[in-house]
Amino acid sequence: MAKRASLLAYTVSRLILALPMLFILLTAVFVVLRIVPGDPITALYGGRAPADVVAAARARYGLDRPYWDQYVIYIRQIFTLNFGTSLGEIYRGKSVLDTIIQKLPATIELSIGAMLVASTVGIFAGLVGGVNRDKAVDVAARLYGTIIFAIPIFWMGLMFQLLFGVTLGWLPTSQRFGLTPPPHVTGLYTLDSILAGSWSNFVDAIKHLVLPCLTLGLYLSGFFTKTVRANLLLTVDSDYAEAARARGVRRRAVVYRYAFRNALIPVVTVLGLQFAILFSGAVITERTFSWDGIGTLLLDSINSKDYPMIQGTIVVYAFIIILVSMVIDIINGLIDPRVRY
Amino acid sequence: MATETRSPAAGEITWESLLGPHTFLGRILNPMIQKRRTLAGIMTWIGLFMLIAFVLIALLAPLFSFVGLLRDPILPLCGSDYHYCLPGETRLVNQPPSGNAILGTDYLGRDLFTRVLWGARTSLEIMAIGVILALLVGFPVGLYSGYTGGRLDRILVLVMDSIYAFPSLLLAALIAVILGKGVLNIGIAITVIYVPLYFRVTRNHTLSVKQEMYVEAARALGAKPWTVIWSYIAYNVVVAIPVIFALSAADAILTAAGLSFLGYGIERPIPDWGLDLSDAQGFLSTGIWWTSFFPGIMIVLLTVGLSFLGEGLNDLVNPLLRKERI
Amino acid sequence: MTLSPGETLGVVGETGCGKSTLGKAVLGIMPRNARVRGQIRFGGKDLLKLDDESFRRLRGKDIALIFQDPMTRLNPLLTIEDHFIEEIRSHEDVSRDQARTRARAALESMGIPESRMRNFPHEFSGGMRQRIMIALALVMRPSVLIADEPTTSLDVIVEAQILEILEDLRQAYKMALLLITHNLGIVAEVCDRVAVLYAGKVAEMGPVREIFAKPIHPYTQGLLKSVIHLETKVLSSIEGSPPDLADPPTGCRFHPRCPYAQDVCTREVPALLEYRERQVAACHFAKDFV
Repeated sequence: MAKRASLLAYTVSRLILALPMLFILLTAVFVVLRIVPGDPITALYGGRAPADVVAAARARYGLDRPYWDQYVIYIRQIFTLNFGTSLGEIYRGKSVLDTIIQKLPATIELSIGAMLVASTVGIFAGLVGGVNRDKAVDVAARLYGTIIFAIPIFWMGLMFQLLFGVTLGWLPTSQRFGLTPPPHVTGLYTLDSILAGSWSNFVDAIKHLVLPCLTLGLYLSGFFTKTVRANLLLTVDSDYAEAARARGVRRRAVVYRYAFRNALIPVVTVLGLQFAILFSGAVITERTFSWDGIGTLLLDSINSKDYPMIQGTIVVYAFIIILVSMVIDIINGLIDPRVRY
Repeated sequence: MATETRSPAAGEITWESLLGPHTFLGRILNPMIQKRRTLAGIMTWIGLFMLIAFVLIALLAPLFSFVGLLRDPILPLCGSDYHYCLPGETRLVNQPPSGNAILGTDYLGRDLFTRVLWGARTSLEIMAIGVILALLVGFPVGLYSGYTGGRLDRILVLVMDSIYAFPSLLLAALIAVILGKGVLNIGIAITVIYVPLYFRVTRNHTLSVKQEMYVEAARALGAKPWTVIWSYIAYNVVVAIPVIFALSAADAILTAAGLSFLGYGIERPIPDWGLDLSDAQGFLSTGIWWTSFFPGIMIVLLTVGLSFLGEGLNDLVNPLLRKERI
Repeated sequence: MTLSPGETLGVVGETGCGKSTLGKAVLGIMPRNARVRGQIRFGGKDLLKLDDESFRRLRGKDIALIFQDPMTRLNPLLTIEDHFIEEIRSHEDVSRDQARTRARAALESMGIPESRMRNFPHEFSGGMRQRIMIALALVMRPSVLIADEPTTSLDVIVEAQILEILEDLRQAYKMALLLITHNLGIVAEVCDRVAVLYAGKVAEMGPVREIFAKPIHPYTQGLLKSVIHLETKVLSSIEGSPPDLADPPTGCRFHPRCPYAQDVCTREVPALLEYRERQVAACHFAKDFV
């Protein structure tokens, strides 16, 4: 179909357009990191080593070169996907790219799980509220949407740990696994457990996922609730819904096919914009639950001023953003027949 | 209602001139009063009261500690009578809530109730600095950029959107690392995060007001650009600001707390909710819940109050905004 | 107002006189906070006393409504075919294929080929969308069609086409048509009888020929005088503007603008009485104008 071909062209053009933004981002990261007082070497040795050792280390990592040289090397390295080796305390010497790829699945699992929770709870609450405008249920939905955003994620996480982990003892409160992890295929423990055919591993992975995903998911559900409800109020009173009612279409059908489905479409679009919030939230959630993912990695590298790791993580993050927004655009194009390229 | 109404003379200060339907305060307060029975109205008033309560707590806490109604937030407690420790005494670490300490003590033996109330000061200080500075920068820039347009506008939009797209917490963490710890520095970090928001909202409103007939008419009559910007555009755009102010303040509290929780931001031993939560996390598994619960609930209450205020105002004022200009 | 089987009744009035609400009120799809009083008798029953489900079944099947602006009246997510299938299956228990066949027939009678049945609303022009709306309204062969300003947002050529279609369909299906419009020209061409509305009340009603040739009510007189012909040299209009229906004038609602208004007009509401055969008017001094 002509639409599919133009969709491809659109994707490619989006990718090309993203390059300048990527460039700006990378440069900004570089600049910011050089402004930060101290550098990886001082963070590593912290004045405990004699000056010549420190100077030698600097030279080895190219940090004594003028900034412009460093910049050129940096850009060149990125485009050859060579992110260098870590300079931080924990991962010193390890390849940045490998480390990132190792930690990424954890965050992906967390994000997907959280989005599932968020969308299910949020859409349900928004739907119930929007359809029953101004009744008690609606008031409850509106209050829910407002209050859930006001609860700091880390506190909610702590309270969940307290309730479910300590008091009730039902669920583990930290880490991704209690038993030994399943053999590594994708890094997603749930998937790997299934692939290895190990039921106990699967259950273990799920049990560890519940609290973090619940925490992050409930937090994000507020957004879904508010948006779905607001959109629903508009679509329920829309001209086409009114026309359908005038034709004798059943109320349930009007609510679902006319109001609800049309209300969901803008939600998909705005979803992409929420990605930054998702990431911030994931970082905090990971810290709260000692979840070994990108967020924890990033925090650790900021603390030890591990330039290569920070730069690498941000580049990967930027790629993911671009990927996500493209996917969202594509989904939008598939579900909304009005979208043309 | 007065049986005869007259416009106040220029410079005259009366109730009418301060709170009348054409003034900034009036346009906010009138819906709040007229629609006080609606959900939005109730939310606004509850939010306002909660905010005032917290401000009072923040202002009065040092006074109360000074006169002894509250304990000191930094000094540890010892002994069965919970007195301030003398050298050599063992601290009353992590004691549960009791008659001697309403909310218990923390991991260093300090009175939790006092720390929790003092924490309001830190949070409100950071929030105030951050959001007010963001307003002072974002509002005029957005106004000017939206009105003037052109290349400057395009560049500014690009810059602001880039900042806006970046995860706020991480950006704040980076800035905090650059500037260092302390209330002022964190406040500035918050400012940087929220300037794009104020810029965006102001600019959008400016763009739509700019199209209005009365602006065109004013310019046709020869009004100077500055007069047009201030008396016509700013006057209409500014009504949207309190909503953004409240909502960004709510978010700022959460971000600041998040920063302290992650370890960037406030030096110990300053009482700060996020920091105290971070310290308390390690003891959770041994069943010590009060040090985690109470600081957190304070964050929730303050943020909920500000959110109620912002969302309520939004429902009250914004429909009016649209109607008035049609 | 009365509407007999097979006849076309035009309802005219200025903007804000309440004629658009008429269609929605008859079908019972007024907004949540609306109160409808009085009687709407259809087929011997009072519609306002029906339960929800019975009323729903009646909509689209016995009484149909087409709206003014066709651009926003179709669900952007459903194909044209889907609209029809949904409509038919809301009233009858048939299979999707059977419904599809009937949809095809209805659309083809409106000049929309089968190849376009799976297109979405946004792929059609305004005129075509209105034709789709009409086809959708008539697919269940209702006995009454209420058309709320069906051609107002369309250009003149399309308007003529639509009117022709309506007339053909009406004759083919022996359908009664309630045509709501502000355009007196359309009324003259298409309608058998006309009701002139002012400020929510019927000012005059009767056969089109009689009303246009010999109007009784001063408002109707003013309306007809303001119509522009080729020979018009001076523009004539009715002084003043329509009242706010939330706070209408006392007595006869037209009295502030009526050149013949007397004291009684400000106090008493005139009754709708028959002054000529089948022609009724609500004016204290109607006799003087007959």
